[in-house]
Amino acid sequence: MPATPVKAPAGPAPLPGRAGPGTTEPKDSPRRRADRRRRLVALLFLLPALLLLGALVAYPILFTVGRSLFDASGTRFVGAENYTAMFDDPATLKAIRNTAIWVLVAPALLTGLGLVLAVLTEKIRWATAFKLVLFVPMAISFLATGIIFRVVYEQDPDRGVLNAVAVGVHDAFDEGAHYPTARPKDSTVLAKGKDGSYTTKEKASPGNTVNLGLVGVPPKDLPKDAGPARKAADATAHGDELRGVVWVDFTLGGGGKPGQVDPKEKGLPQVAIEAVDAKGKAVAKTTTASDGSYHFSKLSPGDYSIRLPARTFAEPYTGVEWLGPTLITPAIIGAYMWIWTGFAMVLIAAGLAAMPRDVLEAARIDGASEWQIFRKITAPLLAPVLGVVFVTMVINVMKVFDLVYVIAPGPVQEDANVLALQMWLVSFGGGNNQGLGSALGVLLLLLVVPAMIFNIRRFRRSQS
Amino acid sequence: MTNTSTRRRAATATALTLGLALTATACGSGDDDAGSGSQELKGQTVTVAGVWTGTEQKNFQKVLDAFSEKTGAKTKFISTGDNVSTVVGSKIEGGNAPDVVMVPQPGVLKQFANKGWLQPLSTKVRDETKSNLAPVWRDYGTVDGKYYGLYFKASNKSTVWYSPDALSQAGVQPPKSWKAMLKAGKTISESGLPAFSVAGEDGWTLTDWFENVYLSQAGPEKYKQLAEHKISWTDPTVVKALSTLAELFKDKNLVAGGSKGALRTTFPESVEQVFGDNPKAGMVYEGDFVGASISGDLKKKVGTDAKFFPFPAVKGGKPPVVGGGDAAAVIKAGKHRKAGMKLLEFLATPEAAEVWAGTGGFLSPNKNVKLSAYPDDVTRQTAKSLVEAGNAVRFDMSDQAPAAFGGTKGTGEWKLLQDFLRDPSDPKATARKLEAAAAKAYKG
Repeated sequence: MPATPVKAPAGPAPLPGRAGPGTTEPKDSPRRRADRRRRLVALLFLLPALLLLGALVAYPILFTVGRSLFDASGTRFVGAENYTAMFDDPATLKAIRNTAIWVLVAPALLTGLGLVLAVLTEKIRWATAFKLVLFVPMAISFLATGIIFRVVYEQDPDRGVLNAVAVGVHDAFDEGAHYPTARPKDSTVLAKGKDGSYTTKEKASPGNTVNLGLVGVPPKDLPKDAGPARKAADATAHGDELRGVVWVDFTLGGGGKPGQVDPKEKGLPQVAIEAVDAKGKAVAKTTTASDGSYHFSKLSPGDYSIRLPARTFAEPYTGVEWLGPTLITPAIIGAYMWIWTGFAMVLIAAGLAAMPRDVLEAARIDGASEWQIFRKITAPLLAPVLGVVFVTMVINVMKVFDLVYVIAPGPVQEDANVLALQMWLVSFGGGNNQGLGSALGVLLLLLVVPAMIFNIRRFRRSQS
Repeated sequence: MTNTSTRRRAATATALTLGLALTATACGSGDDDAGSGSQELKGQTVTVAGVWTGTEQKNFQKVLDAFSEKTGAKTKFISTGDNVSTVVGSKIEGGNAPDVVMVPQPGVLKQFANKGWLQPLSTKVRDETKSNLAPVWRDYGTVDGKYYGLYFKASNKSTVWYSPDALSQAGVQPPKSWKAMLKAGKTISESGLPAFSVAGEDGWTLTDWFENVYLSQAGPEKYKQLAEHKISWTDPTVVKALSTLAELFKDKNLVAGGSKGALRTTFPESVEQVFGDNPKAGMVYEGDFVGASISGDLKKKVGTDAKFFPFPAVKGGKPPVVGGGDAAAVIKAGKHRKAGMKLLEFLATPEAAEVWAGTGGFLSPNKNVKLSAYPDDVTRQTAKSLVEAGNAVRFDMSDQAPAAFGGTKGTGEWKLLQDFLRDPSDPKATARKLEAAAAKAYKG
C-alpha cells in the first residue's frame, strides 16, 4: 500500500491552520497545493537514496575531480598539470594501451564464447551440470584466481601446468640434445657457426689426430659408461684415417691443463661429428664412442675440417614464456575469461530460454540449416541480451586490477599495467601521489561513462 | 574532539607526574648502579614495540627477561608487524604509547624524531655507546644533531654464499676480489654448473648487488651522498658501478638461466637453486639471513653444506659492508619512559647483546661483544666482518630512499635494475633513468 500516504494528504479537506483567507490567489489553489505536497512527499521518499548516492557516489566523484587539480601533498593548486604529467609518463601510456587491448578483446571474446556455449548447452543432456561447472569460477575470488593462474603460467615445467604440457608434447617428438650446456673453453680451436654448430678453425688431412675439448658439461649429464679419453687421444691415426677424441676439458677438483687431455678427463660419448671437405660438404658422419673417440676411415686425400652439429648443443625446450613481457596481457585475459565465461553463458542462456520457439520451428520447417538458424534468427533475437553482456563486460574490464596485480611478476608488471592498477600504484602503491592518482581516476571515469550511458539508454528502451 | 584532547592532556599530565616521581625515586635511591639484582624498577612495566615475530620475538624476550632479572621491571613486547610507523603512531595518538620502540630503518627513525615522538638518549647510554659502537652507528641513530636511536641488532648484507661442493668440484678457492670472483665463477661454469643464482624477480636483491659494488668501488663517502641523493644517479661513479655489475649480468655462463632465467627467480628460489637437492648454481649473493633460509627451509647445515665469503673488494676498493639494523628508541609519551631508558642502558651493554647472540640469528654492532658468544663459526665470521668494517659500514641504500624509488615492486630502482639485468648493454641510459625516477621520488 505505498500509495496511501500520498493519497491521504491529497484529500479534499484542507488543514484548519492553512485554510486562511488567501484562497483567491491561484498559487494556493487546492490542486496546486496537492501537487506540491505530493512532490514533497516524493522527495521525502527519495531522500535516503539521494543522501546515500550523494555521500557514496557524487561526493567522491567531485572530491576526486577537485583532488586531481592539486599536487602530491594536496596543498598546492596545479591546475591541469597532473593531466599533462599523466600523458608524459610512459608507464601510464602503456597502461592506457593495455586497457584498450582489454576493452577490445575481452568483452567480444567473452560474449562470443558465452553465446556459443549457451547455444551448445541447450542441446546437451547434462546441461545443468555443465553450466554449473562453468559457473563455479565465479565463486572464486579474483585474488585466488590470480594466484592459481600465476602458478598455471609458471615457466618451470615442474610447476606450471601449461608448460608441463608444452614441454611434454615437445619432448615426445624431439628427444633433446645430449649436452646442451657444453661449449669450447674459448674460440681458439673451435669456432661457433651461425646455426649453433662448432667447426675447427684449422683443417686437417687424413693421418692426423684432432682432439676437441669442451667444457661446461655437468657430471650428471655424462653417461655412466663414459671413460677416460687419454688413451684414445694418444692413439696414432692410419694413413687414410682422421681420428681423435671429443672430451671434457675440465678436471674435477681442478688441476687440469686447458687444451690437454689430462689423465682423469673423460670422453664425451654420443656426440655427432662430421668431416667437412673444402666445399663445405659433410663427407663422413659418425658419433663418438664411450671414451669420446671418433674416427673417419677411408677418406680421400685432402683437407677436412671437423664439425660438431648444432643438435648436440641445442638448448632444451623450456616451454612458452607466458609470464614474459609479450604474452603477459593475453595470459591475464585468459585467466579473466576463465572467471567470466560462465557468467556470460548463464545470462545468454536465460535470454535463449525466453526466446519464442515458434520462430525457430517455422525456420526449421522452411528447411533452414542449424547454422542458418543460429546466424539469422537466434543471434539477432538475442542481440539485446548480447548487448547487455557486452557492455557490462566493457565496464568490468576497465576496472580490472587484482588479476593484473597478482599474476604479473615484478619485472613485467609495467608491461601488464592497466589504468586501474596504475591509479592504485601512483596513489598508494609507493607513488604516494594522490593528485596524479585522482587524475587517473577521472580519466577512468570518463572512459566508463559512454558505456554507462549506453547501458542506461538500452535499459530505458527495453522498459518502455 | 574536546573529549579526546582532554583525555590526552590528562594522560600527559599523568605521564609528567609519573616521570617526576620517577626522577625523584631515581635520585633518591642513590644510584646504586645496575648492579646485580638491584630491584630498583620493581612494579614497573616497560612496553617495547618492534617488528619481530616468531623466533626473533622469542629470542628478544630472553634479552628482556635478563633485564627484568637485573632491575625487577616487568616487560611486555608488542609485535607491530611490518608497519611500525602506523602501529606506533596510532598507539601514541590513542594515549597508549609503548615506552620503547625498535625501529627497523633510519628513515622511520627520522620520521619519528621529526614528529617529536622520541626522547634523546640519556648521557649514560651515550657514554656507553662511545666505547661500544662505531661512530657510523651513532650517526644513523642521530637526527638533526640529537642522538635518539641505539642500534642494538644489525645485519650484514655483504655475504656471498656458496656451496663448498661446487667450489671444490671446480677446484677454486673463495675469491678475495671482484675480478677473482668472476674468474672463479667462470671456472665453476666450466665445471658444468652455472656460477651465480641471481634472484632478479625480486628487485631488492638487485639493489643489494648494486649497493655492494658501489660502496666498494666509489667509497663510503660517495655512497652516503648518493643515499641522500646529494649527488645524482648520473654521476660517473654510478655508471662505473653499473658497468662493473654488467660484467656479471651479461655473461650467461655466470648467471644461472641467463638474464631471462634470473628474472624469473625469486629470492627463496635462488637460495634453493644453490643449496637445494638438485643444484642449479654454485653461489648466491644476499645478506646473513640466507643462512636462516638454508637451515630453516632447506634443512641443510650452515658451515658444512653452505658457507660464505665476504663480498669481495671491487677494483682496488675496500671490501664493502652493507648493513641494516634495528635501533631502540624511547618514546616521550610512554608511561614508563624512565624505565625504558634504563632498558636502553642495558641494551647498550655487550652483556645484553650476548644473550641474544647465543641463540643465533643475531648480529650485534657492538664491538665489545665477545665473538665466542655467537653459536657457530659462520655467524661469528659475519659478525666479525661487520664489526671490523667499523666506520665503513653503510646502511642499505634502497631502504633509505623513498619507497617509490627504493621499495616498490614494478617501479623505480627495482624495475630499472631488472631492466638492466635483462639488457646490461647501456649503463649510461640506465643511470639516466634511475636519476629521473629518483628525482621524482625524492621530490614527492
